[in-house]
Amino acid sequence: MTDSTTTAAPAIELRGISKSFGPVQANKDISIRVMPGTIHGIIGENGAGKSTLMSILYGFYKADAGEIHIAGKQVDIPDSQAAIAAGIGMVFQHFKLVETFTVLENIVLGAEDSGLLRPSLARARRELRALAEEYELNVDADALVQDIGVGMQQRVEILKALYRKADILILDEPTGVLTPAEADHLFRILENLRREGKTIILITHKLREIMEITDTVSVMRRGEMTATVKTAETSPSELAELMVGRKVLLRVDKTPAQPGRVILDVQMLNVTDTKGVHRLKDVSFQVRAGEILGIAGVSGNGQSELLEVLGGYQTASGTVLMNGDPIDLTGTKSDGQSRRARGISHVPEDRQAEGLIMDYAAWENVAFGYHHDAKYQSGILMNNAAMLADTEEKMQRFDVRPPDPKLAAKNFSGGNQQKIVLAREIEQNPDLLLIGQPTRGVDIGAIEFIHKQIVALRDQGKAILLVSVELEEILGLSDRIIVMFDGRIMGERDPARTDERELGMLMAGMTSDPDKVSTAEIEENLAHAGTGEKV
Amino acid sequence: MDVMPKWADVVLIPLISLLLAAALSAVVILAIGENPWNALKIMVEGSLGSTYGWGYTLYYATNFIFTGLAVAIAFHARMFNIGGEGQAVLGGLGVALVCLYIPFPHWSLALVAASVGAAIFGAGWAIIPAYLQAKRGSHIVITTIMFNFIAAALLNYLLVGALKPAGSMEPATGKFLPGTHLPSFQEMFSTADTVLFRGAPANVSFFVAIAACVVIWALIWRTRLGYEIRAFGHSESAAKYAGISPTKIIVISMSISGALAGMMAINNVMGEAERLVLNAVEGAGFIGIAVALMGRSHPFGVFLAAILFGFLYQGGAELALWTSIPRELIVVIQALVILFTGALDNMVRMPLERFFLARRRAAKPKPKLTPAE
Amino acid sequence: MDLLTLLQLLDSAVRLATPLLLACIAGLYSERAGIFDIGLEGKMLAAAFLSAAVAYTTGNVWIGLLAGIGASLLLSAIHGIASITFRGNQLISGVAINFLAAGLTVVIAQSWFAQGGRTPQLAGAARFNPITLPFADALRDVPVIGPIYYELISGHTALVYVALVIVPLTWWILYATRFGLRLRAVGENPAAVDTAGVSVVGLRFAAVGICGVLCGIAGAYLATALQAGFTKDMSAGRGYIALAALIFAKWKPWPCLWATLLFGLLQALALRPDLIQRTLGFSVQTQLLDALPYILTVVILAGFVGKAIPPRAGGEPYVKER
Repeated sequence: MTDSTTTAAPAIELRGISKSFGPVQANKDISIRVMPGTIHGIIGENGAGKSTLMSILYGFYKADAGEIHIAGKQVDIPDSQAAIAAGIGMVFQHFKLVETFTVLENIVLGAEDSGLLRPSLARARRELRALAEEYELNVDADALVQDIGVGMQQRVEILKALYRKADILILDEPTGVLTPAEADHLFRILENLRREGKTIILITHKLREIMEITDTVSVMRRGEMTATVKTAETSPSELAELMVGRKVLLRVDKTPAQPGRVILDVQMLNVTDTKGVHRLKDVSFQVRAGEILGIAGVSGNGQSELLEVLGGYQTASGTVLMNGDPIDLTGTKSDGQSRRARGISHVPEDRQAEGLIMDYAAWENVAFGYHHDAKYQSGILMNNAAMLADTEEKMQRFDVRPPDPKLAAKNFSGGNQQKIVLAREIEQNPDLLLIGQPTRGVDIGAIEFIHKQIVALRDQGKAILLVSVELEEILGLSDRIIVMFDGRIMGERDPARTDERELGMLMAGMTSDPDKVSTAEIEENLAHAGTGEKV
Repeated sequence: MDVMPKWADVVLIPLISLLLAAALSAVVILAIGENPWNALKIMVEGSLGSTYGWGYTLYYATNFIFTGLAVAIAFHARMFNIGGEGQAVLGGLGVALVCLYIPFPHWSLALVAASVGAAIFGAGWAIIPAYLQAKRGSHIVITTIMFNFIAAALLNYLLVGALKPAGSMEPATGKFLPGTHLPSFQEMFSTADTVLFRGAPANVSFFVAIAACVVIWALIWRTRLGYEIRAFGHSESAAKYAGISPTKIIVISMSISGALAGMMAINNVMGEAERLVLNAVEGAGFIGIAVALMGRSHPFGVFLAAILFGFLYQGGAELALWTSIPRELIVVIQALVILFTGALDNMVRMPLERFFLARRRAAKPKPKLTPAE
Repeated sequence: MDLLTLLQLLDSAVRLATPLLLACIAGLYSERAGIFDIGLEGKMLAAAFLSAAVAYTTGNVWIGLLAGIGASLLLSAIHGIASITFRGNQLISGVAINFLAAGLTVVIAQSWFAQGGRTPQLAGAARFNPITLPFADALRDVPVIGPIYYELISGHTALVYVALVIVPLTWWILYATRFGLRLRAVGENPAAVDTAGVSVVGLRFAAVGICGVLCGIAGAYLATALQAGFTKDMSAGRGYIALAALIFAKWKPWPCLWATLLFGLLQALALRPDLIQRTLGFSVQTQLLDALPYILTVVILAGFVGKAIPPRAGGEPYVKER
């Protein structure tokens, strides 16, 4: 396809785009050409500047320098209105839908025909039907957005763009919240769109997706575009090297586990949240000393609630034994302080919202959650000097950069923030470490360091419960894997004897032979899963 | 990195906001046909030019220190306590009950007991909205506003009923017992030859207010409770993760806040009026908002801002006496201070940030290559 | 209580409910667009003063009304600039506006009229006078319907009928027009509106502007219809009661009408303690009746009478993010 269009003008051409936020340069002299009717991937680590670039293209930010050309003509895109007029549609990582509105109202919003709603809604309903048939984009037009699953919500976003006659569709990390089966469906939709002549830009940090669907791929690193190549002429390892700027080890080095006694014993755990949604259903498992138990699953299927229960800030029914003794799941001892006292440390999934106080200095964060410890007290006051000294030591040991205890947490990079949390939790010498999304938003260099720390802790005979939505990470780190779907444990697998495909089926709620299951069935399942969960 | 140096954030921004408020007030004075410079001179002369003026300035400042600290500590827990007015009303009730019915051998004992009474009543009035916020999610701003009105109605009810001495027509309590008289500045500082602070209401509770500043400073920045309050104020989700109970922090911080607002009554009710009347608070609870914003929620800042507002109040009274400018001008100035230091903070901050950024760029030509996405 | 007394009570309730209703609907526009407004009180007060002052000076109440709306719009503009343009704290901005109005009205009134911070009494064409609806006199003697029509429905000022028309109009705008769809969307998720190519700032300013106009009418009603002139602090907490009614009504137009009528009735009862004593057989303290709207609001906020869920993006300034 790329060959046949070499004579035509590129659908999009960016020339020398630069953008700074205060002292930080997010995009540096970026040029790129995307031919019409192709799928163009943009890959890069978190923080490489991909989303900034696309936000410039969609009129969210104004570039400091550079030009945008659409179909051969230079255009100025000062706002989203201009982007839409230029035929650009964007599907954001975090959907931009009004949850209390119906699907139809969301599609019409901003693209109404006249001052009165009724005719606009009628036309939208007709067009929606046509689009659904053309591109396999079925949605219930009258359902409230808050009642449909994330896969459906994503389709609404795509439909919004198509309804506005977009020729160029930008998707930012579209598979982050999808199961492998849903992702496959999305890719089929994208292929249909390409066949109809639409141009698609796919932003991702997942190599597999790039290899599977794109025609060409651009690599970004530290705000710069390092290469643009044809997908057929490259390999995952070459792309990874381009992303990071050096050779990377994609596998984790570790020896076989030597599990000891049972540290954590979870029996028939159930959670119902404040909205009355049943989040955990009869969950039972054990974690032994000296092993890493990985929990795989699409986000929103109960993993977060499980960590919250074990971390002490979500009530539950059932039994949880820690070192053989029950822990309080509902009463006065069901809080983070009591859990820490029982030898449970917790690296939460969202370090910025939970693990750290972003406005606190590093030294204040190092005591966070342990601020009642005797070593941080002097009389009725807190011992700030002790906290500072402790922080300096931990920063040294975990190679936190810059090693400045007085710097606010928000001023560290993602990887260094995670190292501060990890240093705090691991240095407590816990019996059990709960760790959620250990490398989300962390650069590759720090990923290796963090993975090594987790394995080292295991080798000291500690029990580790790992929750991650990255299958690669689960497969690489875990000694055993359980898969969660819709609040249930779908099964347990040995990482040596399973693969992404089998785990993917379990993550979509399928236990039967994958070859005999129809897509419709998977969709049926997904329609019921993860609803009401904001992504 | 933070864009601005700390001194600019703490000193420069409030100062510029204050100047803007002053400039606009000058325009108002001009518009009603008076001379702003003349007005300022009268205000300074009347409030700072004599020990009498200082006696009033510091009396008002004492009220504002208490209510300013009350708003400030709630701000640290990201609670907006707009109910200082009602809590101060209830504090007055607490003081009145102590001072009307318990005979004290010495004023110091009376001061302690009245402080406790004021604090308990003030805290009690704040605990209900706090509890409703923590347990039922009721917006604390709305509930505390409602509680101001309910407090006014309650006091009105009591002062025309149960607390009014028999035979009196005025909605007020009788005079407090003699043992509860607090030493005024005049009694404390005058010598046999020179009388200082003659007739001014400033009294010993000014020193209680200063002590409160020190205690609150230590509480916020040196204790575990303060650490937890600030942590909760920055991020509720993180506080939950760390095992800090939101209910506990909301209820405790609002109780402290209500207690401080209530303690204002030892100054205005016990120190000055020596009986409880309607409208004793006179808006001091609301001025606490301006004081806390201006003082950047720091006890030392609150102290300075309270002195400033004390000056404005005494100066404003003098203005009303000597010119045709009504006292309400002070309410205008107060509104402008709240507007500029609170709601229009970014209007002052954004150009300043650009200025400091440009200066940094000039000093260090190469921008840092840490991309943020 | 006989029918006539009841009708007189209800009539007084309608008159007292009108400013509450106007302010309540004003708040509805602002809050449905995601801008909290506790400055309803100040805007009403400013409008009350300027409408009375201009009506007195010109002798024409309609010019007074326009001036009142202008004063209210000016404060709305401050609120918009603070909370939309500069993304300031909406609550603090509202507090500032209330004080600004409380102070400025007296300062200006004093320098303008020198009557201790009030305007002179209004009379004749400088006031809104009651309108007798068609056939009111003719039907007066028809049993039941006659008195209801004459006492309760007819004989109000024009602004009362304006307020009553605004309720269905608001319902229609909110749910049947493009503007309404966008307004509701911007209060729930401004990012959705922004990425759909509609200006969040424009919508929110429009909402705050409408709020200003309605508060202006409410204030003008206070000084030129309900009373005959401006007095210091004459809004007397009505802005807050309107806010309470808005919560009570769960941010929906028709319930706003019922809520404000209820609060209006409470105020009417507080003016007639004799009626309560005669009907119930015991006296109720007027202070209790004064406090009742506030107590009711707290009870509602506490969720004991159904949960009030505000617009999701309410109170949060909109910052673009990906």
